Amino acid sequence: MKRFAGLYRALDETTSTNEKVAALVAYFAAAPPADAAWAVHFLSGRRPKRLVASGNLRRWAAAGAGIPDWLFEESYQAVGDLAETITLVLPASVGSSDLPLAQWVEERLLRLRGEDVDVQREVMAQSWRELDTHERFVWNKLITGSFRVGASQQLVTRALAEVSGVPEGVLSHRLMGSWEPTPEFFQRLMAPDTRDADASRPYPFLLAHPLEAEPATLGDPGDWIAEWKWDGIRAQLIRRAGRTFLWSRGEELLAGRFPEVEDAGALLPDGTVLDGELLPWVDGAPLPFAQLQRRIGRKTVGRKILDDVPVVLVAYDLMEEAGADIRSLPLQERRRRLAALLGTLSAGRLILSTAVPAGDWEAAAAARLSARERGAEGLMLKRLSSPYGVGRRRGDWWKWKVDPLTVDAVLIYAQAGSGKRAGLFTDYTFGIWEGSHLVPFAKAYTGLTDEEIRKVDAFVRRNTLEKFGPVRTVKPELVFELAFEGIQRSSRHKSGIAVRFPRMARWRTDKKAEEADTIETVRELLDNVSGKEQA
Amino acid sequence: MSLLRLTERGLYCEAGDFYVDPWEPVDRAVITHAHSDHATWGSRAYLTSAIGAGVLRARLEPGSSIRGVGYGEPVELTGTTVSLHPAGHILGSSQVRIEHRGEVWVVSGDYKTDPDPTCTPFEPVRCHTFITESTFGLPIYRWPSQAEVFQEINAWWRANAALGKTCLLLGYALGKAQRLLAGLDPTIGPILTHGAVERMTAVYREAGVGLPPTRYAGAGQSKADATGAIVIAPPGADASLWSRRFGDRSTGFASGWMIVRGARRQRSLDRGFALSDHVDWHSLLAAIEATGAGEVWVTHGFTGPVVRWLQERGVEAKAVATRFEGERAEVTETSEGELDAYAAPLV
Repeated sequence: MKRFAGLYRALDETTSTNEKVAALVAYFAAAPPADAAWAVHFLSGRRPKRLVASGNLRRWAAAGAGIPDWLFEESYQAVGDLAETITLVLPASVGSSDLPLAQWVEERLLRLRGEDVDVQREVMAQSWRELDTHERFVWNKLITGSFRVGASQQLVTRALAEVSGVPEGVLSHRLMGSWEPTPEFFQRLMAPDTRDADASRPYPFLLAHPLEAEPATLGDPGDWIAEWKWDGIRAQLIRRAGRTFLWSRGEELLAGRFPEVEDAGALLPDGTVLDGELLPWVDGAPLPFAQLQRRIGRKTVGRKILDDVPVVLVAYDLMEEAGADIRSLPLQERRRRLAALLGTLSAGRLILSTAVPAGDWEAAAAARLSARERGAEGLMLKRLSSPYGVGRRRGDWWKWKVDPLTVDAVLIYAQAGSGKRAGLFTDYTFGIWEGSHLVPFAKAYTGLTDEEIRKVDAFVRRNTLEKFGPVRTVKPELVFELAFEGIQRSSRHKSGIAVRFPRMARWRTDKKAEEADTIETVRELLDNVSGKEQA
Repeated sequence: MSLLRLTERGLYCEAGDFYVDPWEPVDRAVITHAHSDHATWGSRAYLTSAIGAGVLRARLEPGSSIRGVGYGEPVELTGTTVSLHPAGHILGSSQVRIEHRGEVWVVSGDYKTDPDPTCTPFEPVRCHTFITESTFGLPIYRWPSQAEVFQEINAWWRANAALGKTCLLLGYALGKAQRLLAGLDPTIGPILTHGAVERMTAVYREAGVGLPPTRYAGAGQSKADATGAIVIAPPGADASLWSRRFGDRSTGFASGWMIVRGARRQRSLDRGFALSDHVDWHSLLAAIEATGAGEVWVTHGFTGPVVRWLQERGVEAKAVATRFEGERAEVTETSEGELDAYAAPLV
């Protein structure tokens, strides 16, 4: 545990990429494979869930610290992170543990799940005694399932490549999908022989960058293809060894969630991998995202929901053909083969992503403006000569979203953030006028600069009207321009309206609360943009 | 009747007709210490500790009427006897003891009980009513030993110096900066200072506080001059043009707030060092107990939790609001330091 906590600390204490990679290299070069496997597991964001009830952890920590539960909660409010609060309130420790990470995880952590509460309590108390402050913090982060560290998957892969000599692309592929953090896995991961394969394993997704400059800066429009940018679930459909696998971008196997798409996948020839977007689709057009939400998280999919919200895969890339990885071919060629493949199938659930005709950038810009009425978020621009890269690479794939919708709303509730924003009022609820009342309209957490956050925070403290637990009602005075991507009717919201991806576009210091938008103007906006979605 | 009460101008003693740390100009002000949230401009007469008079003079407008009295030396103010006692916060910081017809009140000002070579150590004073700060009044605040923190700071400096990098160490210009200077190992490399720090350091030296040699990092400083150096600067200087002259650097901040990881990350710092000039939770409770006070007023910080804790233990306690509402984010900017550090000229 000492070595792993040391790695965490080294990563946490520098903002330099090179120093982070150096710390990772030093760790992986020295750690035993069993530890290294768990380290890769945690560093790539995999977390054990719900090991110990958080309420119990709070009580045990308060008891260990000799403080009442209310004081633990006050402390938690100031810290904003449970694992850290526990670490800080507990009495200073005298121990430190050389026991390897793998043993801590396998013999203690994993055994906590479903264990008798008294046993859990004893294991936690003993762990807290045996670990020093830094180790305790990392341990608590693992226990609470909130282990995160400032090193992206890309950095971890780079460090592993440096230690093993295996190319980064091969490593990221091997790290996709599901694997068990065993010493054997780590040895396979680092093995120089790159002919390995696993039928279910997806490829790393290529991610697009937002286009902020004018498209003309991309050069000749003839070098590019434009496609609709849909608001669905990015997915990879794999057909290998007579089996079908559907993966989300979050590397979650979506087995059984979208049976109609998996059934269609069975029609693909063996050794095929498609990249595309899962969308609720009726009569050649998508349904609003809220409809797809009805399917997300549903383990069993009944007949009715399948009829109400039929889902398709709009495919835009072919990554593997006849068992061969064709990611290095130019997009133009991959797309030609994709079109040919889908053309031979009669799989209505697998749809080729349409190329939006755009002879020049003006035409593309005009097409982009019509995106919202088609239920799309904008355009994707992809370079025809580009290979299918790994991760978020700049230059070949751009997302060019339509300008967001905006509403001026009044700050009415505020709540402190967590993590980096602990102790600062950063989470806001905004209201719009309904007659002489402000009705809650949207919540937003992002879009302000650190400086603005500090100012709003100070305002909230000085203008609190009431406190409801962690939530404060504030004097309705500050007006913000909220930007969002979509707007819909909703019976679950007080205003009767739900918006998608709301964020603060601007602090309207020039506006008074009375000048904020009304429910009537927002309803008009809804009618204008979503006439089609209502159908 | 209450010996002190809170007015719009601050804590007022009617019997003695004076204010303690008023936040607006008054006739007679007793000042606990020279930080700007305690020492406001414009009063007609100031009373402060003799050893702190120089620091206060450097912070107030020129020509202010400042009277310095020795620690423990009684002063008659109208019908009251006032004396100042070391608070251990910064050079010259005091607790104010007020006695009137046998009743004794003590206003703590900001204080710490941990050792600090740059100021007179805190001295507990028995009283009936104790008015205490509570900047770090939560059990998450538990300071590591000063020796441990300085070991960390020096190790950080040594490692960066070996890489040819500069360390930029942020700390409030008055008090924290000098305490840092006193704990640095000058054999590692040169020690440079920001203008605001240098000015206050000169005042400390005049008052007889022994500090290692420093070099003022003013205009015309070239990059090479700072290689392997540590630069002491007020918070905020890290974002300024001034700091760019130091080239490749690692930035640290010495403050009690740094005990919480989020506070360090909010400022995108490389390192946070938990070194505070305030009492932590346990020292706060111990200090309150040592006064023997039957009634405690809690101000400036986490007043709610401290009051409730005391009440649950049978101590009569209440929260007293100050103009500088002592909640976290704001305190980060004001209580442990001074706003004017931000406005300090950067040449």
